Amino acid sequence: MPEIALEMKNITKRFPLVVANDNVNFKVYKAEIHALVGENGAGKSTLMSILYGLYQADSGQIFINGKKIDIANPNVAINLKIGMVHQHFMLVPPLTVAENIILGMEPKKNNIFIDMEKAIKRVEELSESMGFKIDPKAKIENISVGIQQRVEIIKVLYRGAEILVMDEPTAVLTPQEVEELFEILKSLKKQGKTIIFITHKLNEVKALSDRVTVMRRGKVVGVKNTKDTNQEEIASMMVGRKVIFEIEKEPLNLGKTALKVEKLEALNNKGLPAVKNISFEIKEGEILGFAGVEGNGQTELVEVITGLRPTSSGKIFLYDKDITNYSPRNVREDKIAHIPEDRRQRGIISNYTVAENLILGSHYRLPFNKGLALNFTAINNHANNLIKNFDIRPSDKDNLLKSLSGGNQQKVIVARELYGEPKLLIAAQPTRGLDVGSIEFVHQQILNERDKGKAILLISADLEEILSLADRIAVIYEGEIVDILDPKKTNEKELGLLMTGSTANKKLLKVK
Amino acid sequence: MKSIKKFDYYTLLEKITPLIAVIFALLVGAVVIMLIGENPIFVYKTLFSNAIGNRDGWGNVLFRATPLIFTGLAVAFAFRCGLFNIGGEGQMYIGTFLATWVGFTFTNLPAFILIPLCILTAAAGGALWAAVPGILKAKTGVHEVIVTIMMNWIAASFTFFLVLKFKAPPTEAMVAAGVKQMIPHTREIAEAARLPRLYPILQSLNIDFPAYNQVNVSFFIAIGVAILAYYILWKTNLGYEIRAVGYSPLAAEYGGISVAKNIILAMMISGAFAGLVGTNEVMGFKYKWRQELFTGLGFNGIAVALLGKNHPLGVVLAAILFGILNYGGAIVNIFTEGRIPRELIMVLQAVIVIFVVISDEVVKRLIRQRRKIL
Repeated sequence: MPEIALEMKNITKRFPLVVANDNVNFKVYKAEIHALVGENGAGKSTLMSILYGLYQADSGQIFINGKKIDIANPNVAINLKIGMVHQHFMLVPPLTVAENIILGMEPKKNNIFIDMEKAIKRVEELSESMGFKIDPKAKIENISVGIQQRVEIIKVLYRGAEILVMDEPTAVLTPQEVEELFEILKSLKKQGKTIIFITHKLNEVKALSDRVTVMRRGKVVGVKNTKDTNQEEIASMMVGRKVIFEIEKEPLNLGKTALKVEKLEALNNKGLPAVKNISFEIKEGEILGFAGVEGNGQTELVEVITGLRPTSSGKIFLYDKDITNYSPRNVREDKIAHIPEDRRQRGIISNYTVAENLILGSHYRLPFNKGLALNFTAINNHANNLIKNFDIRPSDKDNLLKSLSGGNQQKVIVARELYGEPKLLIAAQPTRGLDVGSIEFVHQQILNERDKGKAILLISADLEEILSLADRIAVIYEGEIVDILDPKKTNEKELGLLMTGSTANKKLLKVK
Repeated sequence: MKSIKKFDYYTLLEKITPLIAVIFALLVGAVVIMLIGENPIFVYKTLFSNAIGNRDGWGNVLFRATPLIFTGLAVAFAFRCGLFNIGGEGQMYIGTFLATWVGFTFTNLPAFILIPLCILTAAAGGALWAAVPGILKAKTGVHEVIVTIMMNWIAASFTFFLVLKFKAPPTEAMVAAGVKQMIPHTREIAEAARLPRLYPILQSLNIDFPAYNQVNVSFFIAIGVAILAYYILWKTNLGYEIRAVGYSPLAAEYGGISVAKNIILAMMISGAFAGLVGTNEVMGFKYKWRQELFTGLGFNGIAVALLGKNHPLGVVLAAILFGILNYGGAIVNIFTEGRIPRELIMVLQAVIVIFVVISDEVVKRLIRQRRKIL
């Protein structure tokens, strides 16, 4: 029987409106990689916050190496050798790698001065123990997201962590970086570290973990040895019903050219070229996927087409109509629907109700605006219909949008945008941060539109999504389309290489 | 996650924070009164019984609340669009002066034309003055707080210039005594430009009301404007857009809403509300522009809006509370033969504002802590 590193027994945590953890039992063996999976709001993060001392459980006990302990705050957790790598990095951009790592635990010379040499040496030792090199003197703002994550890992190891909690670590990484991360985690395991890996990507569970704990609605619904289970089983445990993985696509049925973009150029917020000489077409009934690492011009491209950003040169045609530099309202009136990548900032008004959000963009038109005043009968009927058709939960039109889960907020956006038969649908990162059930739903909606003969522009950082949905894949790198591929004739590896500018950048990231 | 259906105390708590703040402020006020060596129970009893214990008191309270309703609404309305209009003071000066000018210039117009004309001029003057910071914000991104503060000074100096230019000729008595105008003021507005006081109306309904009470029809205009503000914000397309811009300019832009247009409109409507102070102070009370007649009402509007949580109903209630404190405070000052200074009321108002801010933040943190489920 392997040694138990951590055991959480009968943990219950109540919040005013929900029971976030309901009598949860969670056990992790020493030197194992343990995946903790579940939909958004299943209680994974709450459980880990309790372990890290951010919350106190209402009842239940925590044992580390068999000893009952009480974790009042994160400092206690750090002393108990628990380390947490957050999804959003906690790094100071203008400081160097070494400075970030020692922050708050600086080695001292003569008790006064920071011993930078010692710090740099320690950082190098730690990185080499995991099989990669890092420049301790590089500034955080100058290194890639993947390397920043390594800094976070070294940071917790520097503090002596034996148990590492990784909160959705792959969400921000390219496929190559994910592979490299997995190598690092496996080498840590060899060193005897225990790793808890929070995720909702099931292929990662399969590729990395030894065991998996599945949570649903605040409860643990299953613990499995990874090799004895499969993705379908884990998914159905997470969602509580069977999940269809294989997306069944109707055969391609192309119509007229709906969107034509010619030699488009645009600047980003800093005034630098972000979209460079981009040309493409989308036909009715077709999904054109844009694959690329975030920040390579996708955001600006979508904003230019939807009228949110001016074009510096080039033309955009919807069917035969020139819509270059149209205002956002005119673009909407021409029936271009837009699921924005920044859901919270762009897509919703979180202090508006569901009903109010569902009319955003058409609020000034009949039937919602009639004469002097808004027509609340029409607004409410509209809301109730869409809530029913798109299964938005909770099903109360008067809830503020901020009280809804991410998945349901996205459903509100999808419902609103698909209403009124758009001619072109632009979906940017439509499933980011969503759980399995919601992803399935959004994918189904996008495919329905395709099969109805709509043109669809899909932008996603998730290659699996692009590969399974798109009929053609455009790879975008530094504002340019580097290639347009047939999804049937390519794979994640090839896309990943193209997305990162292929060989040049590859060297920097390469695991030694 | 399991949902527990129960009464949500926090939402309620969020709504009543101003009430908690007022109670705390009165307690702090009690300490101050004790430090002066007076009996707080006596002081508060005198204050409230005189302010709201009889009709005359109520009249005075509503008269003092009226301008605060206007300026409070001005701040609250702009705030709903995400704008902090500190310029109520200046907008009020310009709107009021223009209305006064119309009132003493077009003296041969009948009341049914002159009264609406003066009211519209007051609103238009405030709106125009507020349009400047609105346009600058919308087109160039200059912060409205800076511009409105500066425009307050311009408005104060400009109206001072104007009052000297349109100074009333000395009366016969003044000529005979050989004195000059001590405080500059303009000629009086035409009879036909004056808003009726409430006492003749109340007396015709057989309600006993003192003839010297200054509460006038402007109070009803203020209530009307509060209802109008509510209607615009929550029942119209314009309000939907203004609030959308206030909550999230990015989402508004995405939804095809012009952020610039709504910022300018919201500022202008806000300025119009502030300009309407003139209906009470000039058309219903002094009948002339008198220099420094209503200094500070614009700024007090900020406190009123804050206490009223930027909701028209809240603004009306907060303005009435400030009216009670103002009038009651003046009475207490007289009753205690000056031992309780009028400034105590300013202390109370300030403490209320501080407590509103504190309790708002405390409740917000409580809610955030309790609801933090990731």
